[in-house]
Amino acid sequence: MPTTQELIAISPEIILALWALSVMFLDLLIAQSRKSILAYWSLLGLLLAGGAEFSLWGREEILFQGAFVQDNLSLFLDLVLLLATGLSLLMAKGYIKDLEMEHGEYYTLTLFATLGGMLMAGAGDLLIVFLGLEVLSLSLYVLSGFRRTEPMAQEASLKYFLLGAFASGFLLYGIALVFGSTGTTLLGGIAVAITEGGLLGDPLLLLGLGLLGVGLSFKVALVPFHMWTPDVYEGAPTPVAGYMSVVAKAAGFAAALRIFLSAFLQLAGDWTLLLSLLALLTMSGGNIIALAQSNMKRLLAYSSIAHAGYILLGVIALNSWGLSSVLFYLAAYGFMNLGAFAVIVALRDGEREYLALNDYAGLGSRHPLLALSMAIFMLSLAGVPPTAGFLAKFYIFGAAVQAGYGWLAILAVLNSVLAAFYYLRVIVIMYMREPAGQVAKMTHSPALALAIFLAVIGTVQLGLFPAAVVELAQASLFPFLGS
Amino acid sequence: MPGCKTYAILFPAMLQDYLLLAVLLVVATIFPIGGLITAFIIRPHRPGKIKGDTYECGLETIGETWVQFRVQYYIYALVFLIFDIETIFLLPWAVAYNQLGLFSLIEMFIFLALLLGGLVYAWRKGALEWI
Amino acid sequence: MSGVPLSWYLTLATVLFAIGLYGTLSRKNAVGILMGIELMLNAVNINLIAFWRFITPHLLTGQIFAVFVITVAASEVAIGLALILAIYRQKKTIDIEEIDLLKG
Repeated sequence: MPTTQELIAISPEIILALWALSVMFLDLLIAQSRKSILAYWSLLGLLLAGGAEFSLWGREEILFQGAFVQDNLSLFLDLVLLLATGLSLLMAKGYIKDLEMEHGEYYTLTLFATLGGMLMAGAGDLLIVFLGLEVLSLSLYVLSGFRRTEPMAQEASLKYFLLGAFASGFLLYGIALVFGSTGTTLLGGIAVAITEGGLLGDPLLLLGLGLLGVGLSFKVALVPFHMWTPDVYEGAPTPVAGYMSVVAKAAGFAAALRIFLSAFLQLAGDWTLLLSLLALLTMSGGNIIALAQSNMKRLLAYSSIAHAGYILLGVIALNSWGLSSVLFYLAAYGFMNLGAFAVIVALRDGEREYLALNDYAGLGSRHPLLALSMAIFMLSLAGVPPTAGFLAKFYIFGAAVQAGYGWLAILAVLNSVLAAFYYLRVIVIMYMREPAGQVAKMTHSPALALAIFLAVIGTVQLGLFPAAVVELAQASLFPFLGS
Repeated sequence: MPGCKTYAILFPAMLQDYLLLAVLLVVATIFPIGGLITAFIIRPHRPGKIKGDTYECGLETIGETWVQFRVQYYIYALVFLIFDIETIFLLPWAVAYNQLGLFSLIEMFIFLALLLGGLVYAWRKGALEWI
Repeated sequence: MSGVPLSWYLTLATVLFAIGLYGTLSRKNAVGILMGIELMLNAVNINLIAFWRFITPHLLTGQIFAVFVITVAASEVAIGLALILAIYRQKKTIDIEEIDLLKG
């Protein structure tokens, strides 16, 4: 039976779950013309859950016999997830109305997906990792096909579903093998079993870990498991694509941090080499293919793949600096990437979206504020000071050098230079090229403006005054590395 | 089969029961297939239009043979699938109920309330309307 | 312990997983792919139950995990079939080679 203390410690998750259910039932009562109430109601839920997270800061709670852990690491990641969800809901409010898909389920599913991500961030048991992942993925499958009548959305959704379910199969098989080798699915228990049972070279365990890694790589879209990403981002509704690019990735990295740090730290020699290869492939693959893209959503899809590669560097470095910079990077990436997606959402005329790179021509003179925000996001994604993206990259590359992965850091810097080319091209198109043919229009909406404004503030703030967030991130890793 | 030496050597004791199953499987496969093959060899072959017709309880078939079901039918099936599988959680609870105490009862009511909520939702959305 | 040894169960599970994998990769029909995935998940269940019976029969982890895998697999199927149904209503096909608007 759960104690009151346990229930208090898991209150953010409980609040969010109840909120998602309440949205589902309110949807049954509210008339179609007033569905936007649900957006505000969902945002209120996010705020409450976020408040609960803040009040729990500093605690190290191990709940339900170790199945769930509510420590600073999960709280930090939860806050990133909640923030990203809030931004994407602000983006979505007008968008789903204009594209005639304003159903209450959009908000329910978004909240449930975030709940899944939060479960992954606090998982202390492989079962919770799996359940969180499925709650997240199942909601995202439906969300990405939310425009039911649009063939591209349906196709994106089906592709995402088939590959995601396929990846789940690998993940589960890996979990089963790890369970067979160690006799437990508790992350802490696995670490104990490895030490006590002398399982360091156990082939069953290594195979299980490998399959687990493949499953997670699919979910966070590492090369060569990335094939679904551009298609799904292109077909999915734009706010959903932005949401996925941040929340699914942050949740995946959260689960990876939990699994690798709590359970498999002793096998680090085995998986760091493999991961550094994956990181290299992911960075280079994402950036090189992104160079050739002419569709904004596909460009950001490949860019998000490349960023996953950079983040992986911090996991490989495996020192306190590297891991706290992973957290910092996720926060920074959340702001700048969602900001870029918000600009794409803004650049539409009712239900017609302008997704081609050439539609951005002349934006600098027609909509200077929008163009300026886009320029800030692009500079940040490229890693130009003084933006959040620069510091995030700086920390993570520095950590890699410190951990003795200098060669990887050099390759990562070269990759960033390569990436700067396609990010800066967007800026060049916006400011220096005249539009040919049809001129892209912009949709005004207070919620969307707020989303872009918050993203700009976040991006600049993290770039100029990072100290507070860096401290939070470092405090989050205290239990693991004691530094 | 006591006393059969070779049998015991070929198959260790723990697998003897499974051997019987295997024999049964082989025999059960041979019988129907053998019957079909024999019939195929000795039967006369005279196809006709009436013989090739779809058999429907002796009546003549009306309309297309490939009947399309309403989409509603599939939604019904999907809803059923979910509720059917969720009952799997009830079984271990019921088996161990005596040792679990009051809280497990409350927990199960929460679970059932969630399922009921799902049903209400499906109902209000019209997934249960039979047209 | 008398009866079938653990390795047989593991072999069965591996073979089943491989069949599911082959089905997933070679099928062109979306429902067929879904069935392949289900085979993979069921292979996992066999593994979990076998490991539970042979390694930790006094704990319930393996069984509970299998129960959760079954329910999640059912939810996955429900969502997958709904998606396939939505596509079929529009395109009158569920052949994944004919669903090719997005080129990756």
